[in-house]
Amino acid sequence: MPEQTTRVKVTKLGNLNLVQFADRKILDELAIQEIQDELLKLVGERDDGSRLLLSFSNVDHLSSAALGMLITLNKKVKEKKGALKLSDIKPQIYEVFKITRLNKMFEIYDTLDQARASL
Amino acid sequence: MSSASLFDPAEPMKEIVVRNNLAAAKLPEESILAEALAAGFNEEDVFAIKLALEEAMTNAVRHGNRNDPSKQVVVRYAINARKVTILVRDEGGGFKPEHVPDCTAPENIERPCGRGIMLMRAYMTEVSYNADGNEVLMIKVNER
Repeated sequence: MPEQTTRVKVTKLGNLNLVQFADRKILDELAIQEIQDELLKLVGERDDGSRLLLSFSNVDHLSSAALGMLITLNKKVKEKKGALKLSDIKPQIYEVFKITRLNKMFEIYDTLDQARASL
Repeated sequence: MSSASLFDPAEPMKEIVVRNNLAAAKLPEESILAEALAAGFNEEDVFAIKLALEEAMTNAVRHGNRNDPSKQVVVRYAINARKVTILVRDEGGGFKPEHVPDCTAPENIERPCGRGIMLMRAYMTEVSYNADGNEVLMIKVNER
């Protein structure tokens, strides 16, 4: 059964966690803080919590604060020697990653299946 | 402002003053985006304006006014069929954009370092700061 929290839906897929976002627009600072808290908790509390696959298929827009949240999450995942993959990023969001050159920092895949295959 | 600026100081501007918190900072957005749509800007442009305005408001509340609830943010704007002009002023001491670390440099990538300003510059036609560094001017030209 998927685990439903307020801002993200976490589904176990074998030994990794698929994360889907409830908000189509991840712009609001308070929402971003809540998402960050939920994901950091997941990474910190579970043995396999640092193997994350973030699907952006529901997400239309990101702000710089959301990018900051992803950077913090990536750092935490690395500390735990886990893996963080991003997939299904719409062109207008990929543009945000490109402008800030974060497309080079994150592992980004076109589809969920491609991201899963890489783990 | 440089001589190449698209800013027209003679253009009449509307003004919205909001309290210094992130919820209040969203208030000017609705009117500005609705007026931009009505003036003939397409949805892609309107989204670009939304994103830039949110980044500017967040910067004003958090970095300019340092989350001080006694302070306020002043938004002035003018919208016509050709361009949207927005000025966002805070009551902080200002900053020098050239002193903001380059957030694409590997050593800065995990720091809060002007990623919002970078997005504002990418999405708007013109972004500049006043000499005191506490007011940002953003202009979006309707290219159609």
